[in-house]
Amino acid sequence: MEERLSAVLSPYEGRKDALIPILQKVQDELGYLPDDAMLEIAKTTGLPESRVYAVASFYAQFRFTPRGKHTIMVCRGTACHVRGAERILEETERSLGIVEGETTEDQKYTLETVACIGCCALAPCVMIDEDVEAKLTPQMVPEILSGRNE
Amino acid sequence: MSKVTLTIDGLQIPAKEGMTVLEAAQASGLYIPNLCNHPDLKPAGLCRVCVVKMDDWKIAISCKLPVKDGMVISTEDPEVQQIRKSTVELLVANHPMTCLTCEADGDCELQRVAHYVGITQENLNRYRRSVRSIPIDRSNPFFDFDHNKCILCGICVRTCDELQNINAIDYAQRGVDSIISTLANKPIAESRCESCGECVIRCPVAALAPKGAQEPMREVKSICSYCGVGCGVMLGVRGQKVVSVEGDRDNPVNKGSLCVKGRFGYRFINHPERLKTPLIKKNGTLEEASWDEALDLIAEKFSNSKGDKFAALASARITNEDNYLIQKFTRAVMGTNNIDHCARL
Amino acid sequence: MMNFTEIQEQARQEWDSLQSGSVPVIAVGTATCGRSAGALGVVQAFEEEMSEKGVEAHIVEVGCIGPCYAEPLVNITKPGRATVAYKNVTKKMVTEIVDNYLKGDDPLPHYTLGSFGEGTVENIPRILDTPSFKPQERRVFRNCGVIDPTNINHYIANEGYNGLSKALTMTQSEVVEEMKKSGLRGRGGGGFPAGRKWEAGLNAEGDQKYVVCNADEGDPGAFMDRAVIEGDPHSVLEGMIIAGYAIGADTGYIYVRAEYPLAIRRLERAIEQAHEKGFLGNNILGTDFSFDINIFPGAGAFVCGESTALTLSIEGKRGMPRVAPRPRTTEQGLYDKPTLLNNVKTFSSAPMIITRGAEWFASIGTEKSTGTAIFALTGKVNNCGLIEVPMGITLREIIYDIGGGVADGGRFKAVQTGGPSGGCLPESLLDTPIDYDSLDEAGSIMGSGGMVVMDEKTCMVDVARYFLDFTEIESCGQCVPCRLGTKQLLDILKDICAGKGKKGDIDLLIELSQSVHGGSVCGLGQTAANPVLTTIRYFRDEFEAHINDKCCPAKVCKPLISFRILEDKCAGCTLCAKSCPVNAISGEKKEVHVIDQGLCVQCGVCMEKCPKKFSAVECLSPKLPVAPKETTEVVA
Ligand SMILES: Cc1cc2nc3c(=O)[nH]c(=O)nc-3n(C[C@H](O)[C@H](O)[C@H](O)COP(=O)(O)O)c2cc1C
Ligand code: SF4
Ligand code: SF4
Ligand code: SF4
Ligand code: SF4
Ligand code: SF4
Ligand code: SF4
Ligand code: FES
Ligand code: FES
Repeated sequence: MEERLSAVLSPYEGRKDALIPILQKVQDELGYLPDDAMLEIAKTTGLPESRVYAVASFYAQFRFTPRGKHTIMVCRGTACHVRGAERILEETERSLGIVEGETTEDQKYTLETVACIGCCALAPCVMIDEDVEAKLTPQMVPEILSGRNE
Repeated sequence: MSKVTLTIDGLQIPAKEGMTVLEAAQASGLYIPNLCNHPDLKPAGLCRVCVVKMDDWKIAISCKLPVKDGMVISTEDPEVQQIRKSTVELLVANHPMTCLTCEADGDCELQRVAHYVGITQENLNRYRRSVRSIPIDRSNPFFDFDHNKCILCGICVRTCDELQNINAIDYAQRGVDSIISTLANKPIAESRCESCGECVIRCPVAALAPKGAQEPMREVKSICSYCGVGCGVMLGVRGQKVVSVEGDRDNPVNKGSLCVKGRFGYRFINHPERLKTPLIKKNGTLEEASWDEALDLIAEKFSNSKGDKFAALASARITNEDNYLIQKFTRAVMGTNNIDHCARL
Repeated sequence: MMNFTEIQEQARQEWDSLQSGSVPVIAVGTATCGRSAGALGVVQAFEEEMSEKGVEAHIVEVGCIGPCYAEPLVNITKPGRATVAYKNVTKKMVTEIVDNYLKGDDPLPHYTLGSFGEGTVENIPRILDTPSFKPQERRVFRNCGVIDPTNINHYIANEGYNGLSKALTMTQSEVVEEMKKSGLRGRGGGGFPAGRKWEAGLNAEGDQKYVVCNADEGDPGAFMDRAVIEGDPHSVLEGMIIAGYAIGADTGYIYVRAEYPLAIRRLERAIEQAHEKGFLGNNILGTDFSFDINIFPGAGAFVCGESTALTLSIEGKRGMPRVAPRPRTTEQGLYDKPTLLNNVKTFSSAPMIITRGAEWFASIGTEKSTGTAIFALTGKVNNCGLIEVPMGITLREIIYDIGGGVADGGRFKAVQTGGPSGGCLPESLLDTPIDYDSLDEAGSIMGSGGMVVMDEKTCMVDVARYFLDFTEIESCGQCVPCRLGTKQLLDILKDICAGKGKKGDIDLLIELSQSVHGGSVCGLGQTAANPVLTTIRYFRDEFEAHINDKCCPAKVCKPLISFRILEDKCAGCTLCAKSCPVNAISGEKKEVHVIDQGLCVQCGVCMEKCPKKFSAVECLSPKLPVAPKETTEVVA
C-alpha cells in the first residue's frame, strides 16, 4: 500500500489547496481512506491531521472502510421517491440482508443511497457500479442483483 | 478609531468603530445572549442566539455585525424573540439535562441563555427530544471530552487554531452528525493535542471539562512556578489546598493563557511526597535538615570545588534573572564555563 | 494557427458533408439518460447490422434529445428527407429499421415519435406540431441531440464560438451591457440578474479574478445541467470564456458533481479541443486575452452548490457557507479574489446573447423573466424528460400539454418545483405562470428546474418528510437552526407519518419553519422548511388526517395502512402468497387467502400481483387491528 500511496502523493508536496483531488485519487487507488493514508496525506500537504479528516468526512464520496466488490446505489431522488424508491431500497436491503451504508459479510456488495443519478425520467433507478438499472419494481431487485453474482 | 453611538432597545450607547454590536453591548454592560462568541476569537456567527433586528428590518447576528453611527438595534423584536427562543429550545431539546451533576453547573452559558429566554417544561414537551450517546473520551489525563454536551459552537476548534496554532481538533462529519474530532475520531490523547487546556476553559458548556476540578473557596494571585516565562495564575484555594488554576487575564505576560504544566500541573503543591525541607545524606540515608545547615554545607563544598571540576545546571523553573545570576556565579565566582540549562534539552 | 473565419469554414465543410452527404445519418442519444436506457447497445446493434447487411450510414452519438421517456432515441436522416425520430429503440427494432427504412423505404411509423427538419416523410407527423413539442423553444438546448458533443467542429458549424469572436471585438463594458440588456437572470435558482453580476465582476478591484461555473446540480430530481454539459459542452466553455473576457479574469473553474463521470469526460475533451483551436490558452484568437479552464469534480455535498461553500470546496476545505455579513463573491470569492459564479445554463446562454443580441434573447419570456426556462419534468407524468419553454407558460400547459397529463390515468394532486428549497403547489394554482416572481409568490421557487408531478397516490406529509430527510442529511451542520431545526422538523414529520403525531404538531412545525428560515446562515437552511410550509398551506387536511384519525389518505405511510384480502373476490390463485417477501399470506390453492397482519410489512406486492380480474387485495387506512389467531382460523 505504501508504494501505491507515495506514487499518488508525490506530485502534491505542500499542496494544501489540492486536498480534495488528493483524497479522490487516494480513494481511487486504495478503494477507501485508511487512517494511515490520511496521516500520510497530512504529512505530504503540511495540513493538520484533524483537517484532513474534517474535510474527508464532510463529503459523501469518501469512505473509511473497505467496500464490497460491487457498489449498489439506490437513488433517493425526488422523482424516484414518488415512484417508489423506498420499496426498492427495502427490497434490496431484504435481499442482501444488510441496511444502507453496510457491506455484505462476503465483501461482495456495498449498499448505499444517492441523491440523484440524473435518470429521473426513468425512475426508480439503481446504479450498480457504473451501470444504471431503470424503471425498477421491487420484484426485479433479486434479478438485477443475481446478474452481478460473480 | 472614531467614536460612534448606537441605540440598543432604546438605550443610547457609545462604541468605537470596528466593534461589533455584541462587543458594544457588552462594553456597556448589556447582555445579549450568545454562545459561540469569545472575546479572544474571531466571531463565527454559528449559534444564532445573538440575533437582533437592525434598523427595524434586517435580522442580523450581533456578534458579527459592525457598529455604525446611528444604528438602531432591537433585541426584543417579536421575530428576534421567536428565532432566539426556537434556537435555544432546539439546543436544550438535544441536550442531556444533567445539570446538577455537571462540571459546568452554575457557570454554563447554555444554562444562562436558556434561563434568559425562559424555557418552560410545557414548551419543551412539544419537542422530540434526542440526546446523543457517544462514549465520553477520557483519554486525556487532564480533561474529559463529552460530545453529548457539545453544542458545536466551534470555540475549541478556533482556540486550537487561532490561539494555539496546533489544530489538534476540527469539525468532522456534517449535519446532525457533526462532531468535534481528531483524525478518524481517535481519542484526543492520540492526537497532537498538547493538553494546554485553552479550549477547555473556553468551552461554554461542560463538553470539555477538567478532570476532578473543585470550586475554590478563594483565589490567590500568583506566578506560575514552572518556567521563566512567568505566566500569571490565579490559584483556586480551599482551606490550605490548591484545587484549581486559572490563567490571570490581567497579567501582561500571558494574558490568561497557560500551558499544560501551569494549568494542570498544580497537584504537586499538596502532594504528600513533595519536599518541603532540604535533605542531607548522613550515614547513607537522606535526613531532613534546616536551610542554614544545608546552605552551610553547600558553601563549604563549593569552596573546595572551584575551577573546571565544577559544573552548574540551571533550571527552567526559575526566572531569567535567577538564571543570569547562576551563570554569573559559575563564571565569576566558581571560575568555570561549565554551565548549562535544562530547557536546552 | 488558422484565424476564426478559416476555422469556421473548415467546420462548416465537415458539418455540411455530414448533413447533405449521400448517406443517411443515424443520431443516437448517448447521454447518461440514453445510456441507462440501453443506447450504447443500440449503437452497437446498428454497427453490427449495417456491416452485416452492407448498409452505409454515419452513426453520430449525440447528447440528450429531451424526451427521456422515449429513450433510447434514434434520429435517422436520409438524404433530402426530414429526420425521423424513433422512440424506445431496442436491438430487435434496429434490425427492422435497418431492413425497412435504411435498406428499404418504409419508415415503420408505429416506432416513431415523429419527424422534424426540412422535407417530409410519408405517414409521419411533424413532431413540432404535437402538443408535447409545440410550446417548446429550444435555445439552451439548441445543440443537444443535434451535434456530436465530442466534435468541436459540429459546435462551430452551428454558430459556435461566434459569440466569443464577436465579444473580443467589443469592449468589456459593451459585453456586460449586452448581458444586462438581455435581462437574463441566473439559472441556478436565485434568479439574480446575470448582467449585474458580470458588472460587479468587472468593477471589482483586483489583478487576479476568477470565473466559476456551478455544475454541482444538487437538486435531487434535476438533471438539465448534466444534459447541457453532456450534449453541448462547448456552449458552457464559450460562455465562461466570454465572461472571463468581460470581467478580466484569466482562470476558470467548473465545479461538477462527481456523480457525473460522463459530463466530466466530455468537458475534458472539449477543453482540449478548445485549446487546439485557440479558444482557450494564451492570446485567444490572436488577441492579448488569455484564459484557461480547470475542472473540479465535487465530492458529494448538496450544500456545495451554494456559492461560498463551492469556492471553499475548491480551496480544499469543508463546504460550510460563509456567514453574513460577508463580502460578495464578486468582490472576494475563490481564494478571496473577485469571482464571477454562474450556473451552467447561465453561461451557456451568454454566447447566443452576444451572437444574436440582447433583444433577440428578450423577445420571448416575460418582462421580468426573459428567455426560456428549463425543467426536468418527472414524477407521475406521462412524458418525463427535459423541456425548454418560454418563461410565462403556465404549469398546466407544461403538465398537460407537454407532459401529456398524469401517468397511469391518475388524478393530479400537486406539482413540486425548486427541489428541497421549493414547494408543492396544488391544482388550484396550475394556472400560475412560470417565472421567478410568480412562483415565489405561490410559495415555491423556480429553483434549478426540478418539476415533479404528484398524483393522488402521493402522500403530502410523506413528501414533506422526504424533503426534510434530504436537507437534514445535506445540512452542513454549522449553524444551530438548520442543524437541529431540520432534524426536529424531520422527527416530527416522521412521527406524524408513523401515526405518532400529537395535537399542536402542526403549529410547532409552522413555528419552527419560520425560525429556521429566519435564523439559518445560508440558503439551504433558509429554504429548508419551504416544503413543510407549502404542504401545510395547501394540504393541511392530510396532516390532520394523519394526526387526528391516524389515517394516511394516500395510503402511503406504512404504519397507517393495512392490506386485506377480500373473501368474496379472492379466487385462491396463490400468486400473492408466492410473492409475499415475508410469507405473511396463507391459504390453500383455490381457497380464500389471508394476510397475517402481524407479519405483513405493507410492501404492497400482493396487491400488485393479484390479477386484475380478481382485484382481491385492498389497502386500508387507518390500520386494521392486528388480528388475533382465532379469527384467522375461522376465515380459513
Ligand atoms: C443550498 C444551495 C444549493 C445550491 N445548489 C446549486 C446548484 O446545484 N447549482 C446552481 O447552479 N446553483 C445552486 N445554488 C445557487 C448558487 O448559490 C448560486 O446562486 C448560483 O449558482 C449562481 O448562479 P446564477 O446566478 O447563474 O444562478 C444553490 C444555493 C444553495 C443555497
Ligand atoms: S453543560 Fe450546562 S446545560 Fe449542560 S448539563 Fe452541564 S450545566 Fe447543564
Ligand atoms: S488542549 Fe490545547 S492543544 Fe489540546 S485541543 Fe485544546 S487547545 Fe488544542
Ligand atoms: S467542545 Fe465546547 S467549545 Fe468545543 S464545540 Fe463543543 S461546546 Fe463548543
Ligand atoms: S443553513 Fe444549514 S447548510 Fe447553511 S450554513 Fe447553516 S447549517 Fe450549514
Ligand atoms: S403487503 Fe407485502 S408483506 Fe404484506 S401481505 Fe402483501 S406482500 Fe406480504
Ligand atoms: S392473488 Fe388475489 S386472487 Fe390470487 S390468492 Fe391472492 S388475493 Fe386471492
Ligand atoms: S431522482 Fe432518481 S435518478 Fe433523479
Ligand atoms: S454569538 Fe453570535 S451567532 Fe453565536
